[in-house]
Amino acid sequence: MVGKAVTARAEVLARLRAALVDAPTPVDVPRHYRRVAESVDLVELFVDRLVDYRAVVHHGFDALPRLLAGVDRLAVPDDIPGHWLTGFAGQVRRDTPPLSPADLDGMDAVLTGCAVAVADTGTIVLDAGQAQGRRVLTLVPDRHICVVRTGQIVGLVPEAVARLDPRAPQTWISGPSATSDIELDRVEGVHGPRRLEVVLIPDDDVIAPGR
Amino acid sequence: MRIALFITCVNDLAYPQTGIAVTRILRRLGHTVEFPVAQTCCGQMHANTGYRAEAVPMVRGFADTFDGYDAVVAPSGSCTAMIRDQYPRLHPAAASVAGRTYELSELLVDVLGVTDVGAAFAQTVTYHPTCHSLRMLRLGDKPLTLLRHVRGIRLVELDDATECCGFGGTFALKNAAVSTAMLADKCARVRETGAAVLAAADNSCLAHIGGGLDRARSGVRAMHYAEILAMTGHYA
Amino acid sequence: MRHPATPAGVPSTGGGRIRAPLPFPTAARSAVADDQLRANLHRATRTIRGKRVRAVDEVPDWAALRDAGAAIKADVQRRLPELLERFEAAATAAGARVHWARDAAEACRIVVELTRAAGADEVVKVKSMATQEIELNEALAAAGIAAHETDLAELIVQLGDDTPSHILVPAIHYNRTQIRDIFRRRMADAPADLGAEPRELAEAARLHLRRRFLEAKVAVSGANFAVADTGTLVVVESEGNGRMCLTLPQTLISVVGVEKLVPSFADLEVFLQLLPRSSTGERMNPYTSMWTGVTPGDGPQDVHVVLVDNGRSAVLADPVGRSALSCIRCSACLNVCPVYGRAGGHAYGSVYPGPIGAILSPQLTGVADNASLPFASTLCGACADVCPVKIDIPEILVHLRQQAPHPVAERTAMRTLSWIMRSPRRWALALRVARRAAGPLGAWRHRRTGTRTLRRLPWPASAWTRSRDAPLPAPQTFREWWEKQ
Ligand code: SF4
Repeated sequence: MVGKAVTARAEVLARLRAALVDAPTPVDVPRHYRRVAESVDLVELFVDRLVDYRAVVHHGFDALPRLLAGVDRLAVPDDIPGHWLTGFAGQVRRDTPPLSPADLDGMDAVLTGCAVAVADTGTIVLDAGQAQGRRVLTLVPDRHICVVRTGQIVGLVPEAVARLDPRAPQTWISGPSATSDIELDRVEGVHGPRRLEVVLIPDDDVIAPGR
Repeated sequence: MRIALFITCVNDLAYPQTGIAVTRILRRLGHTVEFPVAQTCCGQMHANTGYRAEAVPMVRGFADTFDGYDAVVAPSGSCTAMIRDQYPRLHPAAASVAGRTYELSELLVDVLGVTDVGAAFAQTVTYHPTCHSLRMLRLGDKPLTLLRHVRGIRLVELDDATECCGFGGTFALKNAAVSTAMLADKCARVRETGAAVLAAADNSCLAHIGGGLDRARSGVRAMHYAEILAMTGHYA
Repeated sequence: MRHPATPAGVPSTGGGRIRAPLPFPTAARSAVADDQLRANLHRATRTIRGKRVRAVDEVPDWAALRDAGAAIKADVQRRLPELLERFEAAATAAGARVHWARDAAEACRIVVELTRAAGADEVVKVKSMATQEIELNEALAAAGIAAHETDLAELIVQLGDDTPSHILVPAIHYNRTQIRDIFRRRMADAPADLGAEPRELAEAARLHLRRRFLEAKVAVSGANFAVADTGTLVVVESEGNGRMCLTLPQTLISVVGVEKLVPSFADLEVFLQLLPRSSTGERMNPYTSMWTGVTPGDGPQDVHVVLVDNGRSAVLADPVGRSALSCIRCSACLNVCPVYGRAGGHAYGSVYPGPIGAILSPQLTGVADNASLPFASTLCGACADVCPVKIDIPEILVHLRQQAPHPVAERTAMRTLSWIMRSPRRWALALRVARRAAGPLGAWRHRRTGTRTLRRLPWPASAWTRSRDAPLPAPQTFREWWEKQ
């Protein structure tokens, strides 16, 4: 080691190897936790959890036009199914060319789908897949309307993890933005969308995008 | 069954009445108990304060002294936890005796299958589950089950019962300010119950809480629960 | 050059904000005297404890999840070098640049250089223990780079010129009025009539940070988990400030302790259940972000990961203590700790307070540099009961106490006592002597309870009698009673 410095990489790895000279015994990971939910009504559970964390839940396509009636400027991913916007009279901003953060800041709402939803925790997962778009779309607008097909709802976290591709950028959303930083009391609404609305649609919707 | 008493050093010196109580309870239930006089201390204070090397001779002494008994009973959750949890690591030969060492309520409820020891005590009592009896030995409500069968007793619940009293062995001296703050809260909870007696499974914790209660001249008496179980006809 | 002098392959202790400047008992003494602090802590920890219990009790397989979490982390420790290399390869293949840092100073230097290379003189930050540990904000400031904390509690602490006192809620020591006062004083764009309702305070923070988020070029984050197989990083948060930082800037630098790895993406299914329920007592935290290198056209296009040792190799080298590296920083152990609840986080003198701090800081620095911390516990075990990865904190505390330097008087006393107690004859004699010597002591007799106690003893026992009466040796020891029967 005369003159030339060992790289940090080599040094750190060498230290860690040296730290393990006692050759700890291999570990078997016991996986006796639930991998699949027992038979429960997933939709009912999902709704219960969403409401508990102050997300607003609507049932069926009919809810969409009503919801969108109050929206002037709506951001949407490029590949949003056309019929989701049926009857929408406001201005639709698609993400091509890419909307800037400032553009998005001027939107009233964003409408997307999702990749998978977890009933047990009331979680919606976006993975930039179909009808979801870039991460920034669902971040800057203050209101996020998310369409969830009932078939996208799984029971438990492990079921969701199994359905997801790690290489896709993911955002797991459970209720609107919140903080517990003041006296550990939960308050909804900080930097992320302050309103999260979920529209549940039946899985057999023929024109809904398939996965 | 050969039952040996491990009285613990603190009890031997300052709380002999607890050891006497254990002796009386077991004799009343028809058992013969022995007190091996070679016993000294389990070594917990040394081990937990950072003097394991100094504790090992005591561990060895314990193993030699209590070898050959079917059961060893100690009126202390904390010493029993030390023996069961740390002995096998400190002195592997002590593992077998450690497995046969029981806190009083374990011996009574689990080994002897007794929940009513025929005691009577007409007082209002609140029970503090000491940390090591609660979280290391997992005594659960064994001591309370025994107390519930005492005739005439009025058990009242202690708020925040599972919170540590702040004793912690040498912690009480090394971190006197925090220990005292914890003690103040524990004493306040005890006094709020209106109980005349505070019972627990460890005289070390009771020396601390009782010392605080005495300092405040609260009139609440700290007693090892074994002493209550030993009481019969005459209501104290 | 600082590093060539260190020979390769020797596990080394770390630097940064992990050394307690004052012994714990000294620092705790003034904290205990602060009634406001104790009231704030009491209130906050009570709230969170109740929430945690409810969130955990509704999970029927909680014990199995803890078993899995503990085992996955133990496995990671055993295979750490190999998994780090795997992580590096996967992250690099996905377009990230991976950097290595031996210690706090080196990690800071890397972040400063990367920020400069991005042409920025300010960064937005996601709450991260690792960057607090390495004192990154101070290093950035010294390099002329402004660091803006964006987590609400971190922002409060930063505006208050304070240091964090809790892993999850760094501003836990403040109540709402104190926070309002800090905002009014230090937040230029806060309304003059700002109220103390948490909702109003959160709104003020939202407005204060919004422009910063939209304009920031560089973000600095930590990571809750790093997946070895895929090179994925995970940040778990609530407010959305994390998403802002991880999505909007062009450059993202994540400072990650080497212990943060999990082997596979599927392992996240365990930790994404354990962490939120243990931490904020929620079924799931509002937002979790995961990213793997660069996603073209989506989020930062210049992505860096700084892998930091800073003492972790020294922790790993201790077969008993290494499980402290399993910690997922949920803070459940702080919230149930009766000592933390009285002394507060600052008394621990390190970014890692509470039970986990009492075992982690001394191992990161070497026990001699944090000698009082392993003793900052009654060994009540409440921490081990709640820890989602089953770290046996009391066992490690006792283990570290063996290595701590002992005061000479104490050592002499303990050795003498051991010498007496290892001999049944000497012990029996000592009991007789103690009993007799106690005879002349003036005892106080309590009328109502009939007990006799001592009210004042000389040093060192005065530490006892200052706040409690002391028991007196009995007139007859147990063994004397036994012999007389
Ligand atoms: S030690 Fe365990 S309980 Fe404490 S912060 Fe770490 S993971 Fe949570």
